[in-house]
Amino acid sequence: MTDAIAVTALSKTFGDRPALDGLDLTVAQGTVHGVLGPNGAGKTTAVRILTTLLRPTGGSASVAGHDVLRDPAAVRRRIGLVGQHAALDEGLDGRQNLDLFGRLHHLGARAAAHRAQELLERFSLADTGRMPVGRYSGGMRRRLDLAAGLITRPDVLFLDEPTTGLDPRGRGEVWEAVRSLAGEGTTVLLTTQYLEEADHLAGRVSVLDGGRRVAEGTPDELKARTGADRIDVVVRDAAQLTAAAAVVGAAVRAAHPVTDPDRRLVSAPVSDRMAALTATLRALEAAGIAAEDIALRRPTLDEVFLHLTGTAPRKDPA
Amino acid sequence: MTAPASPGLVTDTLIMTRRGFAHWARRPGAVATELIFPVMMLVMFVYFLGGGLAVEGGDYEDFLVPGILALTMAFGLEGTMVALTQDVERGLLDRFRSLPIVPSSFLVARSVIDMISSAASLLVMLVAGLLVGWRWHEGPVSALAAVGLLLLLRLAMLWAGIWLGLLAGRPELVQTIQILVWPVAFLSSVFTSPSTMPGWLGAIAEWNPMSATAAAVRDLFGNPSWASDAWAADHALLLAVAWPVLLLAVFVPLALHRWARLSDH
Ligand SMILES: Nc1ncnc2c1ncn2[C@@H]1O[C@H](COP(=O)(O)OP(=O)(O)OP(=O)(O)O)[C@@H](O)[C@H]1O
Ligand SMILES: [Mg+2]
Repeated sequence: MTDAIAVTALSKTFGDRPALDGLDLTVAQGTVHGVLGPNGAGKTTAVRILTTLLRPTGGSASVAGHDVLRDPAAVRRRIGLVGQHAALDEGLDGRQNLDLFGRLHHLGARAAAHRAQELLERFSLADTGRMPVGRYSGGMRRRLDLAAGLITRPDVLFLDEPTTGLDPRGRGEVWEAVRSLAGEGTTVLLTTQYLEEADHLAGRVSVLDGGRRVAEGTPDELKARTGADRIDVVVRDAAQLTAAAAVVGAAVRAAHPVTDPDRRLVSAPVSDRMAALTATLRALEAAGIAAEDIALRRPTLDEVFLHLTGTAPRKDPA
Repeated sequence: MTAPASPGLVTDTLIMTRRGFAHWARRPGAVATELIFPVMMLVMFVYFLGGGLAVEGGDYEDFLVPGILALTMAFGLEGTMVALTQDVERGLLDRFRSLPIVPSSFLVARSVIDMISSAASLLVMLVAGLLVGWRWHEGPVSALAAVGLLLLLRLAMLWAGIWLGLLAGRPELVQTIQILVWPVAFLSSVFTSPSTMPGWLGAIAEWNPMSATAAAVRDLFGNPSWASDAWAADHALLLAVAWPVLLLAVFVPLALHRWARLSDH
């Protein structure tokens, strides 16, 4: 079976600034693939090239078996796009928008109307009536935009930061929609800055930075790749946090333990889990620091991201 | 699921054009304003400016109305630009460009929508003209030919507007164009005789496409014109056809090229 998305040495230069700098990427059919990267990593640029909106400077890319440059029309028949910014006709209501896009997919009047109704219900927009999209809230707009990308149940769906600006309920609806699409066999490429989102939805994740892929794997593989497990110590008295950091750091031989004053937390990478646990317990006792909680854990994707790109990911607003 | 191949330019254009009708149906107030504005201009010019004009061989209404019709058609360029840049700004173009449609259908639909509204606007203005005392003195065939020439000018300016809109990309830049449109309008035979202007300005005014259409339309309606012995004035009818055709030959390819080049940015 051919890959749903195959990208080789893709580059795009704006002026003399490279936005993509030799990107390689393959996405297997029927999978959900996360593309993770900080601002300016080139996520949107990659999505725009794959959806035939932007011509690359070099390299090649094919989607659903068709080259984006040689046969853009064939690609457009098989994709759905939900861009980073809502692309809707603000002068029309939700139903009119979906109907328009359905007709432009050549569904026929009856089928387009039927599909519009189906999608409005699925995204809890059925009661918006004749309200023009210009008066929609951000979340409603986002959901309608997503619905517009799903009109034809595309073979490959591109979602560029689909949940940015949504409340938890809206996010849940988007996640639900993505999962059910994937269940029906649609390949989904999803860019996001929320690691939690990639962790939840994506089977594989590519981490982009500076227009290149700096890492790829399943979320678990990526977490394992950063190596170190971590020890988290929550101290009882916030005033002892700095002292605790020094003590824990020395005990596990970590150069820079991370502290979080809000949670009274010290966190440090460890190599030998059991040795680290005993050493930490002893050192804390010797220093007279009371711990409320001590835990060993795998690194989070946030820490992986930080490790790989040197940038902290955007914090999940939920 | 694979969407079917596009059935063609005509189908796609019709679907896109219906979108324009839906906009009108939703905003009847805006449509009315758009229709009334040129009528206001016509009435104001005839009543305020008309009295001070002495035109040999006719009433000033007969002289001014054809000029203002030509002016309105040329100014249609702004409306086209604004509509286009709004779609660009709203990201809607990205959606359309990612759909399996004939790519140029978006632009063709824009021109169909604008031509329909221009024809409606022209009709309303002609009625308003009759009400303020303007008359045509030749047969219906000539009158229809005059309307045809006016719409031809509109079509040419429309494609210039499409190209400029795609070039500007943002609604703010449209204002610059709106300011530039006025001197071009006054450097014509719409309000005054080019022979009263300083030498080279007069030459520009004689050769202004708007002057050609205005003069040809005056002829066809049997309305009075400026006396002029310039070649351009003698061949107004020829120029009223040649100018728009030339503009179309330039701006349609430019607009289509610009449209195709959107994928470079
Ligand atoms: N049309 C353009 N013209 C010039 N530069 C651009 C253009 N589009 C993107 N860039 C630049 O290319 C780089 C990559 O941008 P891109 O939008 O692909 O990043 P991103 O990963 O989507 O970022 P974000 O998370 O902020 O959406 C950035 O430096 C950006 O400034
Ligand atoms: Mg982006």
